[in-house]
Amino acid sequence: MNRHAIFEKNSIVLTVGILVAVAIGGLVELVPNFYLKSTIEKVDGMRPYTPLELAGRDIYVREGCYLCHSQMVRTLRDEVERYGPYSLAAESMYDHPFQWGSKRTGPDLARVGGKYSDDWHVQHMNDPRSVSPASIMPGYPFLAKAVLDAESMTGHLKANAIVGVPYTDEMVAAAAADVMAQANPDAAEDLDGFEARYPNAVARDFDGNPEAVTELDALIAYLQMLGTLVDFKLYDGKADINLR
Amino acid sequence: MASTAKKSLTLEEVGIAGLTGLVALYCLMAIANTTDAVMTFHAGVGLVFALAGIYAIFRGYANRSENPPQTVDGLPNYKLGPVKFATFMSMFWGLAGFLVGLIIALQLAFPALNFDLPWTNFGRLRPLHTSAVIFAFGGNVLLATSFYVVQRTCQARIAGNAAPWFVVAGYNAFIVIAGTGYLLGVTQGKEYAEPEWYADLWLTIVWVVYLLVFLATLWKRKEPHIYVANWFYLAFILTIAMLHLVNNATIPVSIFGTKSYIAWAGVQDAMTQWWYGHNAVGFFLTAGFLAIMYYFVPKRAERPVYSYRLSIVHFWSLIFLYIWAGPHHLHYTALPQWSQTLGMTFSIMLWMPSWGGMINGLMTLSGAWDKLRTDPVLRMMVVSVAFYGMSTFEGPLMSVRAVNSLSHYTDWTIGHVHSGALGWVAFVSFGAVYCLVPWLWNRKQLYSMKLVNWHFWVSTIGIVLYISAMWVSGIMQGLMWRAYNSLGFLEYSFIETVEAMHPFYVIRALGGGLFVLGAVIMIYNLWMTVQRGEAETASAKPAMAPAE
Ligand code: HEC
Ligand code: HEM
Ligand code: HEM
Repeated sequence: MNRHAIFEKNSIVLTVGILVAVAIGGLVELVPNFYLKSTIEKVDGMRPYTPLELAGRDIYVREGCYLCHSQMVRTLRDEVERYGPYSLAAESMYDHPFQWGSKRTGPDLARVGGKYSDDWHVQHMNDPRSVSPASIMPGYPFLAKAVLDAESMTGHLKANAIVGVPYTDEMVAAAAADVMAQANPDAAEDLDGFEARYPNAVARDFDGNPEAVTELDALIAYLQMLGTLVDFKLYDGKADINLR
Repeated sequence: MASTAKKSLTLEEVGIAGLTGLVALYCLMAIANTTDAVMTFHAGVGLVFALAGIYAIFRGYANRSENPPQTVDGLPNYKLGPVKFATFMSMFWGLAGFLVGLIIALQLAFPALNFDLPWTNFGRLRPLHTSAVIFAFGGNVLLATSFYVVQRTCQARIAGNAAPWFVVAGYNAFIVIAGTGYLLGVTQGKEYAEPEWYADLWLTIVWVVYLLVFLATLWKRKEPHIYVANWFYLAFILTIAMLHLVNNATIPVSIFGTKSYIAWAGVQDAMTQWWYGHNAVGFFLTAGFLAIMYYFVPKRAERPVYSYRLSIVHFWSLIFLYIWAGPHHLHYTALPQWSQTLGMTFSIMLWMPSWGGMINGLMTLSGAWDKLRTDPVLRMMVVSVAFYGMSTFEGPLMSVRAVNSLSHYTDWTIGHVHSGALGWVAFVSFGAVYCLVPWLWNRKQLYSMKLVNWHFWVSTIGIVLYISAMWVSGIMQGLMWRAYNSLGFLEYSFIETVEAMHPFYVIRALGGGLFVLGAVIMIYNLWMTVQRGEAETASAKPAMAPAE
C-alpha cells in the first residue's frame, strides 16, 4: 500500500535506514579536516606546550575557564582590533581538547600572553575585583596555595604523545625536571636542555613565590604564552577574504 | 504454591550480574592502585552501586514465586517499576538542575556568590547545571517515557527483567559520577561532553543495553506497524550512541586515574565537538522530545496525529538534515569556509522539517481547541510546541553568517538555548510527567488542576523574563563589541560591556527564580497526587489508540 511500510514493519530496516541517514553529513564534514591543507598546515613557531604550560592548561580546563572565555579571534575587523590577529588553525594543533569556547562573558584570551605582568595575573586570579572593580569573574585564591604535582606530568606527556603531540622520549623523561626548571630557573640543573627542548619558552617564577611551584605558576605560565608562538608579521599578508 | 519449575534466573539477569561484578572488580582494583583522590571516591561509589545492583538482582529472584508472566487476564503485563523510578528521578534532578541554574545566574549578577572556593565557582557549576538539566532531567524523562510508550504502543511487556532496571539505575549512577566529578574538577572540557573517560565507558554499556531493550520490545509488538513516536526514540538512541563514541574518543593518562586527553586536536576536535554538540540538541533535546509530543499530545487531546504523511517526511528530513548543521557553531573561525557554508545552508533547510513537526503537533488539536481552556496540562504541551517553533525559527536565523557574527559569543545564544530548553524541552516534559504520574500510580486524576494552572503561568512569566532579558543583553553586547566612535576607534572597552549586562542578569535570575518556583509547585502537586489521589478503577485504564 505504501512504500514506507517496509521501515514501519521491520525494526532492523528502520535501524539501518536511520544509521545511513545520520552518517552521511558527519562523514562529509568530519573526514576532510584530517586531510585538507588549510586544517593540517604547519606554521612556523608552533611547538608543543612545556610541561608547566600543559599543567596550566589542564587547570584552565579543570576550572572551566572556557565557559566564560573564548580562544578564537574571528576574522572580523572589530575582533582583530580588539584582541589581535585572527586565530589560525595551526595555533590549536596541539590542543587536546580545543578550547575555542562558545561564550564571551570575559574577553578572548587567544592573544593574552604578554599583555599583563605576572604580578597583575597573580592579583587578578586571587581577587579579580581588586584590579578590575566591575569584573564578574570568580576569584581563584586556592590556586596559589596548591602545590603542583610535577612528577605526574610524565604520564600526561606520554598520553599526549599517544594522541599525536610530538613529545619525544627525551621530553617525556625530563617532564618533571622541566616543570621545576621553568618555574624556578635559578635552581635548575639543566636549563639549557629545557630551552633546547622548548624553543622560545620563558622560564621564571611566575607566581612570585619562590618557596614552591604552585598551580598558579602553571596557570600563569600558560596564560603568558598564549598567542606568543607565531610571528604574525609573517602572516599579515595572507589576510583572509572574510575580514570585514 | 511456588514451584521451582516456574522460576529461574534468566540469562539476561545472569549476564547483567556478571557485568556488574566486573565493574565491582575494577572499582576494587582502582581503589587499591590509584593515587588520585577523586578516583578513589568514584571507585568507592561505583563499588557500592555495583554491589547494590547484584544484590537487587538476586533478591528479586529470591522474592518471586514465578517468572513474571507476559500477560495477565489477556492484557499485557506492563512493567512499570523502571518507568516510575525514572519519572521520580527526573523531577529530583530537574529541581536540582534548575536550582543550580538559578545559582549560576545569580553568580553572574553578584560574583561574590562564587565564594572563591574550588567547588562553588561558576566554571565548575555551569557544567553541573547543563548536565543536570539536559542529561539528568531530560534524560530521565526520555527513559521514563520511552519505556512507557514502547510498551503501550507495542501492547507488550518490556523485554527483560533486570535489563530495564539496569538501564535506569545505571544511567542515574552515571549522572552521580559525572555530577560529583564536575564539582571536584574532573572534566574533559568539552561542552555537554564533560564526563571523563570512565563515566563515558560506563554510559556506553548502559546505552547499548538501552538500545537492546528498546529493540527487543519492538520485536514483541502485537501491531504490525511501529508507531511514529518509536521511530523518533530509536533515532535518538542510535544517533546519541554514534555521537558519544566519536566525540569522546580519548586516551586516559592512567587506567586508574581520572584525567584523559581527547584523541582529536584543534580544528578537528572543534568540528567533532560541534557535530556532537549540535546533534545533542538535534537528537537528545529534539528527536527524543518529539517522540514525547507524538504520543502524549494525541493521547491527551484524544485526537489522532494530524498527518501521517507529514510524520514520515518530517522524520526523515529532520534526522538527515540535522547532522550537517554543526559548523554553524564555528562561523568565522579557523574551520574551512566551505564547511561553514554547508552548516549554514543545512541549518536554514532545517527550518522546514522543524516546522513540519510543529504543525503536526499543533494541528493534532484541530477539533479539540476548546480543551486548551479547560486542560492546563494540554495547554502546557501546546505552548511547548509553539516554543519549539519559535526556537527553530530563531536557530536558522542565527546560523546565517552575518547574523552569527553578531550573536556568537553573546547572551543571544543563551536566550536561544533557554527558549528551546525551558519553553520546549522542560514544558513538554512537564506535560508528559503530569500525564504519566496518574497513569503510573493508578490515580483518577491529578491532585489539583488549579496548581497546574499556577505552575503554567508562573513558569511562563519566568521564561518570558529570561529570554527577553537575554535577547536585549545579547544584542546590546554584540553591538557594543563592534561599535566604533567617530575617530575610528572601538567605542567600548570590554569591561564596559560587562557592566552593561548587570541589570539583565538580575532580570534573568528573577525569571529563573519563577521557573524554580513553578517546579516546586509541580512537585508538591505530584506528591499529593500519589499520596492522596483517588485510586483509578481497573476498567478505566487508558487504552492505547493504535498507531497510524
Ligand atoms: C564567570 C565568568 C568567568 C570565568 C569562569 C573566568 N573568567 Fe576570566 N574574566 C571574566 C571577566 C568578566 C573578565 C573581564 C574583567 C576582568 O578583567 O576581570 C575576565 C578577565 C580575565 C583575564 C584578563 C583578560 C584581559 O585581556 O583583560 C584573564 C587573563 C582571565 N580572565 C583568566 C581567566 C582564567 C584563567 C579563568 C579560569 C581559571 C577565568 N578567567 C575564569 C570572566 C570569567
Ligand atoms: C531555572 C531555570 C534555569 C536557569 C536560571 C538557567 C540559567 C542558566 C545560566 C545562568 C547559564 C549560563 C549562561 C552563561 O554562561 O552566560 C545557563 C546555561 C545553560 N543552560 Fe540553563 N538555566 C535554567 C534552566 C535550563 C534548562 C531547563 C535547560 C535545558 C533543558 C538549560 C540548559 C542550559 C544550557 C544548554 C546552557 C549552556 C548554554 C551555552 O553554552 O550556550 N537550562 N543556564
Ligand atoms: C532548526 C533548529 C535549530 C537551529 C538551526 C539552531 C541553530 C543554532 C545556532 C546558530 C546557535 C548558535 C551557535 C553559536 O553561535 O555558537 C545555536 C546554539 C544553541 N542551540 Fe540551537 N538551533 C536550533 C534549535 C534548537 C533547539 C530546539 C534547541 C533546544 C533546546 C537548541 C539548543 C541550542 C543550544 C543548547 C545552543 C548553545 C550551544 C553552545 O554554544 O553551547 N537549538 N543553535
